[in-house]
Amino acid sequence: MEIDWELVVDSFWPLLRGGLTGTIPLALASFALGLALALVLALMRISGNRLLSGLARVYISVIRGTPLLVQLFVIFFGLPSIGVTIDPWPSAVIAFSMNVAGYAAEVIRAAVLSVPKGQWEAGYTIGMSRNLTLRRLILPQAARVSVPPLSNTFISLVKDTSLASLILVTEMFREAQQVAAFSQQFMVLYVEAAVIYWVFCLVLSTIQDRLERRLDRYVAH
Amino acid sequence: MSRTDHSQGAPLLTVSGLNKSFGENEVLRSIDLKVHSGQVLALIGPSGSGKTTVLRCLNGLEQPEAGTVEFAGGPAVTFGVKTSKREKESLRTRSAMVFQGYNLFPHMTVLQNIIEGPVQVQKKPKAEAIAQAEKLLERVGLEEKRDNYPHELSGGQQQRVGIVRALAQEPSLLLFDEPTSALDPELVGDVLTVIKELAEEGWTMVLVTHELAFAREVADTVAFMDGGVVVEQGPAQDVLRAPAQERTQQFVHRLLNPF
Repeated sequence: MEIDWELVVDSFWPLLRGGLTGTIPLALASFALGLALALVLALMRISGNRLLSGLARVYISVIRGTPLLVQLFVIFFGLPSIGVTIDPWPSAVIAFSMNVAGYAAEVIRAAVLSVPKGQWEAGYTIGMSRNLTLRRLILPQAARVSVPPLSNTFISLVKDTSLASLILVTEMFREAQQVAAFSQQFMVLYVEAAVIYWVFCLVLSTIQDRLERRLDRYVAH
Repeated sequence: MSRTDHSQGAPLLTVSGLNKSFGENEVLRSIDLKVHSGQVLALIGPSGSGKTTVLRCLNGLEQPEAGTVEFAGGPAVTFGVKTSKREKESLRTRSAMVFQGYNLFPHMTVLQNIIEGPVQVQKKPKAEAIAQAEKLLERVGLEEKRDNYPHELSGGQQQRVGIVRALAQEPSLLLFDEPTSALDPELVGDVLTVIKELAEEGWTMVLVTHELAFAREVADTVAFMDGGVVVEQGPAQDVLRAPAQERTQQFVHRLLNPF
């Protein structure tokens, strides 16, 4: 196969632009919202309140037990039939953040439970309430434990945003599809897109390493 | 500083009829204790006798099924079915616990560990809390460690920070839960010295300990517990030198003559 290098160079900018204005913002927005929702779900799970804990459990089970593509289609193609029409971009953000929340909630819950019980008691003995102990003492320690698994969740999310191309969101993979359809050079364009995804994820892994090292500064080795 | 003897007046802490079970297992049965202001009560007894559970009930970390914990000037908390969370938490403002495993906050420096309660709970100005913390650290000889993280300290140093963290809460009662049990033998002395100085300064304490020689030195009264009951309590000299109960005699004899 002859590689059309001119096409590779010409298509590089549209693809990268799709990544920078589509993939990355979509992933960041979905992750931020997803984490906030995940924290709420995790706290519901450990609240000791049966109703709250049960609701969170069902949510997590549904999210983890159904394909992300199906969730995305329900929101974008399904909801209009009950009179709720949402644009592609917000549909994608809603679907991705709800999905990420289901996975991240379990990560956060496990991280909170991994903090020794003595830390809660030390908080109580200096007069703190449960909420203050959680916020000042437990969550900061849980954050350290959560960084590696949450980074994995984020990296998966970056790649999963390519599914948004199926609901017409202009992100990197959709750009690749469009150029490929026009030039009929599918191999070149899809490999090029794959390389750019990979570079994005390499950068994210580096950031993860730094974050872990920063958070490790108070831990004995 | 000499210790004032308030033993004739009303006690600072009165515990009566404390009962506590974990499931089927009755760990405390009808515990009565009194601690006068400026005095040190040592709780001794075999493992599993309920000493630590008593301490945890005083600090609201454990909820007894029945009984009353009363501090002079309040609060008086009667445990039962309807004890509110607020009542339990009110006990914590009167006492502060020093834990066997230190339980320092690993993500904070020594100084941050100490000022966390004063700043976040008591809403003291930060500068004031820092000044107080520095003074306390100097007392226990750790002023140079203020910006270190707990893992950079030895066990004995960590426990002295634990004591300072408790002191910074300005409690009326200090609770020590086997404060030297997790320490290497050569580090025990530093911690005991600090506790002894605090006793001499007039701090009121309840001390759970296996160090009988130390209990004899610092405690005014000793309570011997076994199987969830207080078998014997009285002046330290009497209980440790000439115990009245056979069970106490056996225990004291075995600890003082291990071989």
